[in-house]
Amino acid sequence: MKAAAASRMRLTGMIRKESLQILRDPSSIAIAFVLPVVLLLLFGYGVSLDARHIPLAVVVEQADANSASFIAAFEHSEYFDPQAFGSIQAAQQAFDLREVSGIVWLRNDFSKRLLSQGEAPVGVILNGVDANQARITEGYIQGVWQVWLGSYARSQGVELSLPVALEPRIWFNAAVRSRNFLVPGLIAVIMTLIGAMLTSMVVAREWERGTMESLMVTPIRIGELMIGKLAPYFVLGMGGMLLSVAMALWLFDVPLRGSFWVLTAVSALFMLVALGMGLLISVVAKNQFVAGQISIITTFLPAFILSGFIFQVSSMPAAIQLITHIVPARYYVAILQTLFLAGDIWPIILANSAALLVMMIIFIGLARRKLHKRLDA
Amino acid sequence: MAEVTTKAALVFEGVSKTFLAGGQAVRALRSVDISVQAGKVTGLIGPDGAGKTTLMRLAAGLLLPDAGRIHALDIDVVKQALEVQSSVGYMPQRFGLYEDLSVQENLDLYADLQGVAKTERPARYQELMHMTGLAPFTRRLAGRLSGGMKQKLGLACTLVRPPRLLLLDEPTVGVDPVSRRELWAIVFRQVREQGMSVLLSTAYLDEAERCDDVVLLHEGELLGQGSPESFSEPMRGRTFRITAPGLGKRTLQARLSAAPGIIDAIIEGERVRIVTASPGLPDLSAVTAGNERLHTQAAEPIFEDAFVATLKGNQASGQTPLTDAIRQAPLGAPENDAVIEVRDLQRRFGSFYAVKGVSFSVKRGEIFGLLGANGAGKTTTFRMLCGLLPVSAGEVQVAGLDLRHAAARVRGRLGYMAQRFSLYVDLTVLQNLRFFASAYGLDRAHSKKRIAWALEAFELADYANASSRDLPLGFKQRLALAAALMHEPDILFLDEPTSGVDPLARREFWQRINALAEAGVTVLVTTHFMDEANYCDRLVIMAEGEVLAEDTPADMKARFRDHEHPDPTMEDAFIGLIEAHEKQREATA
Repeated sequence: MKAAAASRMRLTGMIRKESLQILRDPSSIAIAFVLPVVLLLLFGYGVSLDARHIPLAVVVEQADANSASFIAAFEHSEYFDPQAFGSIQAAQQAFDLREVSGIVWLRNDFSKRLLSQGEAPVGVILNGVDANQARITEGYIQGVWQVWLGSYARSQGVELSLPVALEPRIWFNAAVRSRNFLVPGLIAVIMTLIGAMLTSMVVAREWERGTMESLMVTPIRIGELMIGKLAPYFVLGMGGMLLSVAMALWLFDVPLRGSFWVLTAVSALFMLVALGMGLLISVVAKNQFVAGQISIITTFLPAFILSGFIFQVSSMPAAIQLITHIVPARYYVAILQTLFLAGDIWPIILANSAALLVMMIIFIGLARRKLHKRLDA
Repeated sequence: MAEVTTKAALVFEGVSKTFLAGGQAVRALRSVDISVQAGKVTGLIGPDGAGKTTLMRLAAGLLLPDAGRIHALDIDVVKQALEVQSSVGYMPQRFGLYEDLSVQENLDLYADLQGVAKTERPARYQELMHMTGLAPFTRRLAGRLSGGMKQKLGLACTLVRPPRLLLLDEPTVGVDPVSRRELWAIVFRQVREQGMSVLLSTAYLDEAERCDDVVLLHEGELLGQGSPESFSEPMRGRTFRITAPGLGKRTLQARLSAAPGIIDAIIEGERVRIVTASPGLPDLSAVTAGNERLHTQAAEPIFEDAFVATLKGNQASGQTPLTDAIRQAPLGAPENDAVIEVRDLQRRFGSFYAVKGVSFSVKRGEIFGLLGANGAGKTTTFRMLCGLLPVSAGEVQVAGLDLRHAAARVRGRLGYMAQRFSLYVDLTVLQNLRFFASAYGLDRAHSKKRIAWALEAFELADYANASSRDLPLGFKQRLALAAALMHEPDILFLDEPTSGVDPLARREFWQRINALAEAGVTVLVTTHFMDEANYCDRLVIMAEGEVLAEDTPADMKARFRDHEHPDPTMEDAFIGLIEAHEKQREATA
């Protein structure tokens, strides 16, 4: 009983000290609260993988009713901002200057061939520099063309009949807004930042300033030291998570289709993984600069690039896909995107949580084994 | 009152510890046996690199010994480190104060960690704050305290639950003499009132005298353990003070240290203090070349005499004169006009005045000292004089040139030796010298000549191809001085040149500096070693960015001569000045 009381006293002392330090250090507040807000605003508003308002050159060599209705179809589409050009040369010049990212070319015999032969070729030139954008643009142009074709046929009094018709429905993110999957994924990046980077640096700071040596010769136990060190950052990280979720729901209108409590529970698990990584890094590095560099390279960048947050894991080369398995953020991003956009899909949540649990045990266990109350270990 | 036991509080038996540093095994401790008596203050004395910190960390269970047994308070430190850490107080060299926590919050943390009951705290805090004089500052952030106050707070945190064994690793290094005296008072009070056992390490040899028992460590080996008197008593009859009217103290010292039968000669005030190889005064006829008469007087032996004698292995022959080779072409007779003229110098960092209203002037060939604790503004003043830091206000003339307009030309005539010897540790000794020669723009022939001079005058020839990183600290210091002299400057700036260097290397260093001054080089030096002030012709004592006094060492000390201090030391003078300064400030506030 007496030992337990002493242990509790040591623990609360550590937690109080750590909390005071967080409150007084502007840089930890900045990393925990300012940086998440900046990242969320940047990704919520600034970065978009959607193709909208694509500048498109439309070359009409001979204007008439048919070509006008064709252009009108582009103008009505929210995906395009068509600009009319009189000649293909002028359009090409704009294309070369990257003022437009595609050209739709109606030759002077467009209407004539449409009427006489029933078929009129439309030239389409796309900028393939950004392959992804080019593919999306091509798809949209085909879509506009099909809509126009249908209405043209109807205006001619014939029903356009295709033996097989595609009726696409997009689930989970019906509006196909990239924000809806970017913002939930960003929560993983933010928590990695707080959990791994901030934590590794504050523990390394204790080594650097010599305070660790003083702590070590007190009766404190390693377990108490770890919990006392990690608990405030756990709270800070969960605070960052709640802030991000709140911004996602109310600022960016991202739906949360799964349960909030499942989200919180899984986030807590991921937070522990991130804290474990941060602690492990700081035990190995013992120097703020090195700890910061290592944590950026081993935790922050992988969470950004290899987690499926921006880049689909399934479209990565096989070797890289293999590497993503050791990136904890990958499992968390999968759960986040499912919870926000699809709902409580238990097989996904449980499988990925199991992976996170294993990683948490490994990282915290390793940190515990590496952290001794000695200086030469 | 705690019972007084005769049992040892800490015992080392055949303890060895080796570190791997840069692929090389460094033997920090070699089969050391010591025992720290309960209820006493034991001093762990030795120069830098002696293994003091390693010994302390081993005692605290922070390191594992390679061989041997360590018992603290009858607990096996290796097997039961946690038990030891629960009953031992340990204050590392850089005590881990949280600078962003207040004094009170730091105390609370350590009280929590040490398991001090909440009910006991108010009384204990009050006692500690009273003892350390920190009571008015409990709400101040630890980072805003002065160096001495930080050290006292560190000690208070270590004592928050009175440990039975207190380990203090160089608690007084870089601390001003006033705080140093207070720290010692606190330690003695613990021993007296609580019966605490204390092991305290220090590189200041004069502190050995305050201890009940002394452990002398050198390069990882135990040279001896006993009372301070047991070290100094065998030196009785071997220590003398000598003056020679008509012979400068520096010349006298140089000649005495070269004389056979003398193992140590240092300047002490206006006299030279010598230690002889065997009892009695050797034949000193060679010292007085002409008609000068020597006045000799027997002196009380001190711990430092024993230290120097032990380390020099009681060599009977005199030293090789270090000073002949170093002598550069004389710059002419000392002139009376000032080489350095400083008026109302100021330096602000934001709202903080690092230096405020400093004025002094230095004549050619003078050794001029800036004496003060860490943070007194010495280094900032220096950097402004060298043109490394812009002046906020005031005038600085160096070699007759205004520093603001001719900083580059001034620098060509300056030699600067920075704190911690800024050398390129990845280069060899020779490469370092070559680099500095080229940095000062010496042509090929000239550079060759100067490098040959440096290798000879500083006895670096054997180390020419050794990596600077692996040099002993004393040799690093020599190399740094040689590098600063490559371009034959007529003004030399030395910033804490002897910090961390062992007493023998310090002696050699000052012999070289004396020789340079004799040749007409003007030397400006900062130091926090009070005894080194005796080497200066004149000095200023600084505190909190201000000059408290400017005088010759003898007159500075004479100001504080009273019935209590018939023969005041520089430390007495320093403490007196600080106290007067504080009294004055209180009066105005």
